Amino acid sequence: MAQFNLPKNSQMTEGKTWPRPVGANNLQEFRIYRWNPDDGKNPRVDVYQVDRDDCGPMVLDALLWIKSKVDSTLVFRRSCREGICGSCAMNIEGQNALACTMGIDECQEHAKGKKTGAVRIYPLPHMPVLKDLVPDLTNFFAQHASIEPWLQTETPAPEGEWKQTPEDRAQLDGLYECILCACCTTSCPSYWWNGDRFLGPAALLQAYRWLIDSRDENTGERLDALHDPFRLYRCHTIMNCANACPKSLNPAKAIAEIKKMMVAREV
Amino acid sequence: MAQTAKTSLRTARSRVKGLGASGHGAGHWWQQRVTAAANVPLMIGFIVIIALMAGRPYPEAIALVSHPAAALILIGGVISVTLHMRIGMQVVIEDYVHDKGLKFAALFANTTYAVAVAVACLYAILRVSLARLV
Repeated sequence: MAQFNLPKNSQMTEGKTWPRPVGANNLQEFRIYRWNPDDGKNPRVDVYQVDRDDCGPMVLDALLWIKSKVDSTLVFRRSCREGICGSCAMNIEGQNALACTMGIDECQEHAKGKKTGAVRIYPLPHMPVLKDLVPDLTNFFAQHASIEPWLQTETPAPEGEWKQTPEDRAQLDGLYECILCACCTTSCPSYWWNGDRFLGPAALLQAYRWLIDSRDENTGERLDALHDPFRLYRCHTIMNCANACPKSLNPAKAIAEIKKMMVAREV
Repeated sequence: MAQTAKTSLRTARSRVKGLGASGHGAGHWWQQRVTAAANVPLMIGFIVIIALMAGRPYPEAIALVSHPAAALILIGGVISVTLHMRIGMQVVIEDYVHDKGLKFAALFANTTYAVAVAVACLYAILRVSLARLV
Protein backbone atom coordinates (compact mmCIF):
# COMPACT_ATOMS: atom_id res chain seq x y z
CA MET A 1 0.00 0.00 0.00
CA ALA A 2 0.97 3.61 -0.28
CA GLN A 3 2.86 4.58 2.83
CA PHE A 4 0.98 7.07 4.97
CA ASN A 5 3.15 6.86 8.09
CA LEU A 6 6.77 7.87 8.36
CA PRO A 7 9.13 4.89 8.57
CA LYS A 8 10.74 4.46 12.00
CA ASN A 9 14.06 5.96 11.01
CA SER A 10 12.32 9.04 9.59
CA GLN A 11 10.26 9.93 12.66
CA MET A 12 11.01 13.43 13.90
CA THR A 13 12.73 14.09 17.19
CA GLU A 14 13.28 17.29 19.12
CA GLY A 15 16.43 19.09 18.08
CA LYS A 16 18.82 21.62 19.47
CA THR A 17 17.74 25.12 20.45
CA TRP A 18 20.54 27.41 19.34
CA PRO A 19 21.46 30.47 21.45
CA ARG A 20 19.86 33.83 20.69
CA PRO A 21 22.09 36.40 19.06
CA VAL A 22 23.40 38.84 21.66
CA GLY A 23 21.97 42.37 21.61
CA ALA A 24 19.33 41.67 18.97
CA ASN A 25 15.80 42.95 19.55
CA ASN A 26 14.05 42.04 16.30
CA LEU A 27 14.09 38.27 16.43
CA GLN A 28 12.43 35.73 14.16
CA GLU A 29 12.32 32.08 15.11
CA PHE A 30 13.15 29.42 12.50
CA ARG A 31 12.49 25.71 12.99
CA ILE A 32 14.56 23.78 10.52
CA TYR A 33 14.68 20.09 9.63
CA ARG A 34 18.08 18.53 10.24
CA TRP A 35 19.29 15.09 9.29
CA ASN A 36 22.79 13.76 9.04
CA PRO A 37 23.29 10.48 7.15
CA ASP A 38 26.48 9.79 9.11
CA ASP A 39 25.38 9.93 12.75
CA GLY A 40 22.74 7.18 12.62
CA LYS A 41 20.18 9.34 14.39
CA ASN A 42 16.61 10.21 13.42
CA PRO A 43 15.89 13.62 11.86
CA ARG A 44 15.32 16.49 14.26
CA VAL A 45 14.04 20.05 14.20
CA ASP A 46 16.53 22.68 15.32
CA VAL A 47 15.37 26.06 16.61
CA TYR A 48 17.23 29.21 15.56
CA GLN A 49 16.65 32.88 16.34
CA VAL A 50 17.48 35.20 13.47
CA ASP A 51 18.22 38.89 13.94
CA ARG A 52 15.94 40.51 11.36
CA ASP A 53 17.78 43.83 11.66
CA ASP A 54 20.99 42.13 10.53
CA CYS A 55 19.47 39.97 7.79
CA GLY A 56 17.89 40.39 4.35
CA PRO A 57 14.16 40.03 3.73
CA MET A 58 14.03 36.58 2.14
CA VAL A 59 13.99 33.13 3.71
CA LEU A 60 17.26 32.38 1.90
CA ASP A 61 18.82 35.42 3.54
CA ALA A 62 17.87 33.99 6.92
CA LEU A 63 19.32 30.57 6.05
CA LEU A 64 22.57 32.18 4.92
CA TRP A 65 22.59 34.31 8.09
CA ILE A 66 22.20 31.18 10.21
CA LYS A 67 24.91 29.35 8.28
CA SER A 68 27.44 32.14 8.57
CA LYS A 69 26.63 33.40 12.08
CA VAL A 70 25.13 30.55 14.10
CA ASP A 71 25.53 27.06 12.71
CA SER A 72 27.89 26.39 9.81
CA THR A 73 26.79 22.73 9.66
CA LEU A 74 23.34 23.59 8.23
CA VAL A 75 23.19 22.19 4.68
CA PHE A 76 21.04 23.51 1.83
CA ARG A 77 21.35 24.16 -1.89
CA ARG A 78 21.42 27.69 -3.23
CA SER A 79 22.98 29.52 -6.12
CA CYS A 80 21.47 32.46 -7.98
CA ARG A 81 19.43 34.02 -5.11
CA GLU A 82 16.97 35.45 -7.67
CA GLY A 83 14.58 32.65 -8.60
CA ILE A 84 16.15 31.47 -11.82
CA CYS A 85 18.36 28.51 -10.87
CA GLY A 86 15.80 26.53 -8.88
CA SER A 87 18.37 25.27 -6.36
CA CYS A 88 16.85 26.51 -3.11
CA ALA A 89 13.46 24.82 -3.46
CA MET A 90 12.25 23.64 -0.07
CA ASN A 91 9.10 23.31 2.00
CA ILE A 92 8.53 26.60 3.80
CA GLU A 93 5.58 26.84 6.17
CA GLY A 94 3.94 23.87 4.48
CA GLN A 95 4.33 25.22 0.96
CA ASN A 96 6.96 24.26 -1.57
CA ALA A 97 8.76 27.42 -2.61
CA LEU A 98 12.10 28.92 -3.48
CA ALA A 99 13.74 30.26 -0.34
CA CYS A 100 15.20 33.13 -2.37
CA THR A 101 11.87 34.48 -3.63
CA MET A 102 9.81 33.75 -0.50
CA GLY A 103 9.85 36.73 1.88
CA ILE A 104 10.09 36.02 5.62
CA ASP A 105 7.06 38.27 6.18
CA GLU A 106 5.24 36.64 3.28
CA CYS A 107 5.52 33.11 4.67
CA GLN A 108 4.60 34.48 8.10
CA GLU A 109 1.36 35.79 6.60
CA HIS A 110 0.87 32.36 5.15
CA ALA A 111 1.21 30.90 8.65
CA LYS A 112 -1.11 33.47 10.28
CA GLY A 113 -3.11 32.12 13.18
CA LYS A 114 -0.59 29.44 14.01
CA LYS A 115 0.70 29.69 17.56
CA THR A 116 4.45 29.32 17.21
CA GLY A 117 5.11 32.29 14.96
CA ALA A 118 8.15 30.37 13.81
CA VAL A 119 9.07 29.78 10.19
CA ARG A 120 9.20 26.03 9.68
CA ILE A 121 11.45 24.72 6.93
CA TYR A 122 11.66 21.15 5.66
CA PRO A 123 13.17 19.57 2.57
CA LEU A 124 10.93 19.02 -0.48
CA PRO A 125 8.33 16.40 0.52
CA HIS A 126 8.55 12.67 -0.13
CA MET A 127 12.01 12.65 -1.68
CA PRO A 128 14.96 10.76 -0.23
CA VAL A 129 16.97 13.21 1.88
CA LEU A 130 20.73 13.43 1.37
CA LYS A 131 21.34 15.81 4.27
CA ASP A 132 19.32 18.50 6.07
CA LEU A 133 17.40 20.44 3.38
CA VAL A 134 19.00 18.68 0.40
CA PRO A 135 16.78 16.11 -1.33
CA ASP A 136 17.98 13.46 -3.80
CA LEU A 137 16.58 14.62 -7.16
CA THR A 138 18.24 11.88 -9.27
CA ASN A 139 14.91 10.33 -10.24
CA PHE A 140 13.39 13.74 -10.96
CA PHE A 141 16.13 14.68 -13.43
CA ALA A 142 16.17 11.22 -15.00
CA GLN A 143 12.44 11.65 -15.63
CA HIS A 144 13.07 15.02 -17.23
CA ALA A 145 15.74 13.42 -19.46
CA SER A 146 13.32 10.64 -20.40
CA ILE A 147 10.98 13.04 -22.21
CA GLU A 148 13.95 13.95 -24.47
CA PRO A 149 13.82 17.70 -23.93
CA TRP A 150 15.47 18.80 -27.15
CA LEU A 151 14.36 19.63 -30.71
CA GLN A 152 13.99 16.49 -32.83
CA THR A 153 13.76 16.77 -36.62
CA GLU A 154 14.06 14.61 -39.71
CA THR A 155 14.15 17.39 -42.29
CA PRO A 156 17.79 18.35 -42.94
CA ALA A 157 18.75 21.30 -40.74
CA PRO A 158 18.40 24.68 -42.49
CA GLU A 159 21.38 26.94 -43.11
CA GLY A 160 20.22 29.30 -40.40
CA GLU A 161 17.80 28.72 -37.56
CA TRP A 162 14.61 26.63 -37.58
CA LYS A 163 11.91 29.22 -38.23
CA GLN A 164 8.73 29.74 -36.29
CA THR A 165 5.94 32.30 -36.58
CA PRO A 166 5.43 34.69 -33.65
CA GLU A 167 2.10 32.90 -32.99
CA ASP A 168 3.81 29.51 -32.83
CA ARG A 169 6.48 30.95 -30.56
CA ALA A 170 3.74 32.29 -28.29
CA GLN A 171 2.56 28.70 -27.74
CA LEU A 172 5.68 28.13 -25.65
CA ASP A 173 4.91 30.95 -23.22
CA GLY A 174 4.04 29.59 -19.81
CA LEU A 175 6.10 26.47 -20.56
CA TYR A 176 9.66 27.50 -21.35
CA GLU A 177 9.99 29.46 -18.09
CA CYS A 178 10.20 26.29 -15.99
CA ILE A 179 13.42 26.20 -13.94
CA LEU A 180 13.12 22.55 -12.84
CA CYS A 181 13.13 23.40 -9.14
CA ALA A 182 10.86 20.38 -8.40
CA CYS A 183 8.43 22.41 -6.26
CA CYS A 184 5.49 21.14 -8.35
CA THR A 185 6.50 17.51 -8.70
CA THR A 186 7.22 17.06 -4.99
CA SER A 187 3.91 18.72 -4.03
CA CYS A 188 1.92 16.19 -6.05
CA PRO A 189 0.29 13.37 -4.00
CA SER A 190 0.09 11.22 -7.11
CA TYR A 191 3.85 11.61 -7.47
CA TRP A 192 4.31 10.73 -3.78
CA TRP A 193 2.48 7.42 -4.26
CA ASN A 194 3.76 6.51 -7.74
CA GLY A 195 6.84 8.67 -8.34
CA ASP A 196 8.74 5.71 -9.74
CA ARG A 197 6.38 5.44 -12.73
CA PHE A 198 4.43 8.72 -12.93
CA LEU A 199 6.60 11.32 -14.64
CA GLY A 200 5.25 14.14 -12.48
CA PRO A 201 4.16 17.69 -13.36
CA ALA A 202 7.58 19.19 -14.15
CA ALA A 203 8.61 16.51 -16.65
CA LEU A 204 5.14 16.50 -18.23
CA LEU A 205 5.09 20.30 -18.55
CA GLN A 206 8.40 20.01 -20.41
CA ALA A 207 7.01 17.13 -22.48
CA TYR A 208 4.17 19.41 -23.56
CA ARG A 209 6.64 22.21 -24.28
CA TRP A 210 8.20 19.95 -26.97
CA LEU A 211 4.87 18.49 -28.13
CA ILE A 212 3.53 21.95 -28.91
CA ASP A 213 6.74 23.26 -30.50
CA SER A 214 5.95 23.92 -34.18
CA ARG A 215 9.55 23.11 -35.19
CA ASP A 216 9.60 19.62 -33.67
CA GLU A 217 8.94 16.68 -36.01
CA ASN A 218 8.60 13.90 -33.44
CA THR A 219 5.22 14.79 -31.93
CA GLY A 220 3.74 11.33 -32.54
CA GLU A 221 6.72 9.49 -31.05
CA ARG A 222 6.64 11.82 -28.05
CA LEU A 223 2.94 11.02 -27.52
CA ASP A 224 3.66 7.30 -27.89
CA ALA A 225 6.24 7.53 -25.11
CA LEU A 226 3.69 9.16 -22.77
CA HIS A 227 0.74 6.91 -23.59
CA ASP A 228 0.75 4.94 -20.38
CA PRO A 229 -1.59 4.72 -17.38
CA PHE A 230 1.28 5.60 -15.04
CA ARG A 231 3.60 7.93 -16.95
CA LEU A 232 0.81 10.37 -17.86
CA TYR A 233 -2.55 9.28 -16.49
CA ARG A 234 -1.61 9.26 -12.78
CA CYS A 235 -2.36 12.99 -12.98
CA HIS A 236 -5.78 13.40 -11.36
CA THR A 237 -5.87 17.19 -11.71
CA ILE A 238 -5.16 17.71 -8.02
CA MET A 239 -3.60 21.09 -8.97
CA ASN A 240 -1.04 21.22 -6.15
CA CYS A 241 1.53 21.73 -8.91
CA ALA A 242 -0.02 24.98 -10.12
CA ASN A 243 -0.34 26.12 -6.51
CA ALA A 244 3.29 25.39 -5.71
CA CYS A 245 5.01 26.75 -8.83
CA PRO A 246 7.20 29.73 -7.84
CA LYS A 247 7.16 30.87 -11.49
CA SER A 248 3.32 30.87 -11.58
CA LEU A 249 3.18 28.23 -14.32
CA ASN A 250 0.37 25.72 -14.64
CA PRO A 251 1.65 22.16 -15.17
CA ALA A 252 -1.85 20.73 -14.63
CA LYS A 253 -3.09 22.64 -17.68
CA ALA A 254 -0.16 21.40 -19.77
CA ILE A 255 -0.95 17.81 -18.72
CA ALA A 256 -4.62 18.33 -19.61
CA GLU A 257 -3.51 19.51 -23.06
CA ILE A 258 -1.43 16.34 -23.50
CA LYS A 259 -4.49 14.25 -22.60
CA LYS A 260 -6.48 16.17 -25.21
CA MET A 261 -3.79 15.45 -27.83
CA MET A 262 -3.96 11.74 -26.93
CA VAL A 263 -7.70 11.72 -27.69
CA ALA A 264 -7.30 13.95 -30.76
CA ARG A 265 -5.27 11.27 -32.51
CA GLU A 266 -7.81 8.57 -31.72
CA VAL A 267 -10.91 10.27 -33.11
CA MET B 1 11.61 4.88 -4.93
CA ALA B 2 14.32 5.38 -2.35
CA GLN B 3 14.38 1.67 -1.61
CA THR B 4 14.81 0.81 -5.27
CA ALA B 5 17.68 3.26 -5.45
CA LYS B 6 19.39 1.55 -2.55
CA THR B 7 18.91 -2.06 -3.56
CA SER B 8 19.54 -1.83 -7.28
CA LEU B 9 22.54 -0.86 -9.34
CA ARG B 10 20.39 0.03 -12.33
CA THR B 11 20.92 3.56 -13.58
CA ALA B 12 18.29 6.20 -12.94
CA ARG B 13 17.58 6.35 -16.68
CA SER B 14 16.96 2.61 -16.80
CA ARG B 15 14.59 2.74 -13.80
CA VAL B 16 12.62 5.63 -15.28
CA LYS B 17 12.32 3.93 -18.69
CA GLY B 18 11.18 0.76 -16.92
CA LEU B 19 9.18 -1.55 -19.18
CA GLY B 20 8.33 1.30 -21.57
CA ALA B 21 5.00 2.96 -22.27
CA SER B 22 2.14 0.45 -22.37
CA GLY B 23 0.23 2.33 -25.08
CA HIS B 24 -2.92 2.38 -22.93
CA GLY B 25 -4.71 5.00 -20.90
CA ALA B 26 -6.36 7.33 -23.39
CA GLY B 27 -9.31 4.93 -23.80
CA HIS B 28 -9.97 4.75 -20.08
CA TRP B 29 -9.59 8.52 -19.82
CA TRP B 30 -12.32 9.39 -22.33
CA GLN B 31 -14.55 6.46 -21.31
CA GLN B 32 -14.51 7.73 -17.73
CA ARG B 33 -15.59 11.18 -18.92
CA VAL B 34 -18.22 9.96 -21.38
CA THR B 35 -19.79 7.63 -18.80
CA ALA B 36 -19.70 10.41 -16.19
CA ALA B 37 -21.69 12.65 -18.53
CA ALA B 38 -24.03 9.81 -19.54
CA ASN B 39 -24.68 8.86 -15.91
CA VAL B 40 -26.44 12.17 -15.22
CA PRO B 41 -29.46 11.76 -17.58
CA LEU B 42 -29.49 7.99 -17.16
CA MET B 43 -29.64 8.23 -13.35
CA ILE B 44 -32.38 10.86 -13.55
CA GLY B 45 -34.29 8.49 -15.84
CA PHE B 46 -33.69 5.63 -13.40
CA ILE B 47 -35.05 7.66 -10.47
CA VAL B 48 -38.11 8.72 -12.49
CA ILE B 49 -38.84 5.09 -13.43
CA ILE B 50 -38.44 3.94 -9.80
CA ALA B 51 -40.71 6.81 -8.63
CA LEU B 52 -43.35 5.84 -11.18
CA MET B 53 -43.28 2.27 -9.89
CA ALA B 54 -43.67 3.25 -6.25
CA GLY B 55 -46.82 1.84 -4.67
CA ARG B 56 -48.03 0.19 -7.88
CA PRO B 57 -48.88 -3.51 -8.08
CA TYR B 58 -46.38 -5.91 -9.70
CA PRO B 59 -48.14 -6.29 -13.08
CA GLU B 60 -48.09 -2.50 -13.54
CA ALA B 61 -44.39 -2.39 -12.68
CA ILE B 62 -43.77 -5.09 -15.27
CA ALA B 63 -45.77 -3.13 -17.81
CA LEU B 64 -43.68 -0.02 -17.11
CA VAL B 65 -40.33 -1.80 -17.46
CA SER B 66 -41.64 -3.56 -20.56
CA HIS B 67 -41.89 -0.19 -22.27
CA PRO B 68 -38.90 -0.01 -24.63
CA ALA B 69 -37.93 3.51 -23.50
CA ALA B 70 -37.83 2.50 -19.83
CA ALA B 71 -35.95 -0.72 -20.54
CA LEU B 72 -33.39 1.04 -22.73
CA ILE B 73 -32.79 3.74 -20.10
CA LEU B 74 -32.27 1.08 -17.44
CA ILE B 75 -29.95 -1.01 -19.66
CA GLY B 76 -27.97 2.08 -20.67
CA GLY B 77 -27.75 3.11 -17.03
CA VAL B 78 -26.42 -0.28 -15.91
CA ILE B 79 -23.74 -0.35 -18.64
CA SER B 80 -22.65 3.25 -18.06
CA VAL B 81 -22.59 3.01 -14.26
CA THR B 82 -20.76 -0.32 -14.04
CA LEU B 83 -18.16 0.77 -16.61
CA HIS B 84 -17.64 4.03 -14.74
CA MET B 85 -17.44 2.18 -11.43
CA ARG B 86 -14.88 -0.28 -12.74
CA ILE B 87 -12.55 2.34 -14.22
CA GLY B 88 -12.86 4.60 -11.16
CA MET B 89 -12.03 1.81 -8.73
CA GLN B 90 -9.17 0.64 -10.93
CA VAL B 91 -7.59 4.09 -10.70
CA VAL B 92 -7.86 4.03 -6.91
CA ILE B 93 -6.27 0.56 -6.75
CA GLU B 94 -3.43 1.58 -9.08
CA ASP B 95 -2.82 4.70 -7.00
CA TYR B 96 -2.64 3.11 -3.58
CA VAL B 97 -2.01 -0.64 -3.83
CA HIS B 98 1.67 -1.22 -4.56
CA ASP B 99 2.12 -4.87 -3.66
CA LYS B 100 2.22 -6.66 -7.03
CA GLY B 101 0.17 -9.72 -6.01
CA LEU B 102 -2.36 -7.73 -4.04
CA LYS B 103 -2.72 -5.26 -6.89
CA PHE B 104 -3.38 -8.01 -9.42
CA ALA B 105 -5.91 -9.65 -7.09
CA ALA B 106 -7.65 -6.33 -6.40
CA LEU B 107 -7.85 -5.44 -10.11
CA PHE B 108 -9.21 -8.91 -10.91
CA ALA B 109 -11.79 -8.69 -8.11
CA ASN B 110 -12.78 -5.20 -9.23
CA THR B 111 -13.44 -6.31 -12.81
CA THR B 112 -15.22 -9.47 -11.68
CA TYR B 113 -17.46 -7.46 -9.36
CA ALA B 114 -18.34 -4.89 -12.04
CA VAL B 115 -19.13 -7.62 -14.60
CA ALA B 116 -21.20 -9.59 -12.05
CA VAL B 117 -23.24 -6.50 -11.13
CA ALA B 118 -23.76 -5.61 -14.79
CA VAL B 119 -24.78 -9.14 -15.85
CA ALA B 120 -27.16 -9.56 -12.89
CA CYS B 121 -28.82 -6.20 -13.51
CA LEU B 122 -29.13 -6.75 -17.26
CA TYR B 123 -30.59 -10.21 -16.70
CA ALA B 124 -33.17 -8.80 -14.27
CA ILE B 125 -34.17 -5.97 -16.61
CA LEU B 126 -34.50 -8.26 -19.63
CA ARG B 127 -36.36 -10.87 -17.59
CA VAL B 128 -38.92 -8.31 -16.42
CA SER B 129 -39.21 -6.33 -19.65
CA LEU B 130 -39.50 -9.40 -21.87
CA ALA B 131 -41.64 -11.33 -19.37
CA ARG B 132 -44.75 -10.98 -21.50
CA LEU B 133 -43.02 -12.47 -24.53
CA VAL B 134 -41.80 -15.66 -22.89
